Amino acid sequence: MSTTTLSPADEPVRFYDFDEHPHPEGYSTMLGFWIYLMSDCLIFAILFACYAVLGGNFAAGPGPKELFDLPLVALNTAMLLFSSITYGFAMLGMARGNKNQVLIWLAVTLVFGACFLGIELYEFSELIHEGAGPWRSAFLSSFFTLVGTHGLHVTFGSIWLVTLMVQVSRFGLTAANQRRLACLSLFWHFLDVIWIGVFTFVYLMGMLR
Amino acid sequence: MSHDPHTQGAHAHGDHGHGDHGHGVEIPHGSMRDYVIGFVLSVILTAIPFWLVMARPLSDGATAAAIMVLAMVQIVVHMVYFLHLSPKAEGGWSVTALLFTIIVVAIMLSGSLWVMYHLNANMMPLHDPSQLP
Repeated sequence: MSTTTLSPADEPVRFYDFDEHPHPEGYSTMLGFWIYLMSDCLIFAILFACYAVLGGNFAAGPGPKELFDLPLVALNTAMLLFSSITYGFAMLGMARGNKNQVLIWLAVTLVFGACFLGIELYEFSELIHEGAGPWRSAFLSSFFTLVGTHGLHVTFGSIWLVTLMVQVSRFGLTAANQRRLACLSLFWHFLDVIWIGVFTFVYLMGMLR
Repeated sequence: MSHDPHTQGAHAHGDHGHGDHGHGVEIPHGSMRDYVIGFVLSVILTAIPFWLVMARPLSDGATAAAIMVLAMVQIVVHMVYFLHLSPKAEGGWSVTALLFTIIVVAIMLSGSLWVMYHLNANMMPLHDPSQLP
């Protein structure tokens, strides 16, 4: 520990701590990941702003009322919500140190995530089949960009999920794996938060336009 | 929010060897109660806006206002019960980062919409071409 005394001598002696304290490994990971999520939030905010600006420009093409299938969107929302709570159960299993419970709930989460992606791809393929692809109008370009970016996040989240399932099954619930599972938990729940914005502003508001 | 004894001191960094995890970094996690409350609230807060839009018991304006408010409430529910956000998490830095993000997003969204709305209004085709300078 290095200390510096400030002159003049009649001032009270002050101690300055210049050395870094030892920190446990990964102590800042959760905060760092949270800040990454906030930056991801900005990406989605920009895409939402694009959609809000361009969403009314149909170029004489089909609008939300003709294209969107609300029961399908409700089903998709349910899939993502179920995957959120099952990931929560995996985290509870991790807190108990029960490796098998973690693996089972991660697998269930993966199934729900895959269902979400399957339904979304089906919706996209139907739209493209009807000639309402991203090239059709500014509305559809911004729609595909926003919803597609969310879908890509879920895709990469699922890849991460599979990676962690392999990690946990091979190396167990080590401190590093617990940290990774907690980061993916933030990521996965964050995607659900973004989806709230998507189904509210894109699908439900689209039906009101 | 949480009554799980593991989470009570979970956000204090100096709290080494706390609990029975045996490592220096506490991983925040909720309790079963947190997740179930969050899930039930989310289902309700998702079902109401879908019902409002599919059954249309209200006028367009009221429906739009209602689903926006319900979305905001559901985002808060997710933040608290699923993301375990609290003013104490990470010594307050998580909430600080979130508030900063909300301010930036609000400025960007409202600014974009405002500018683009005015641009649209000013780019409207003239009804009387003779007024062109």
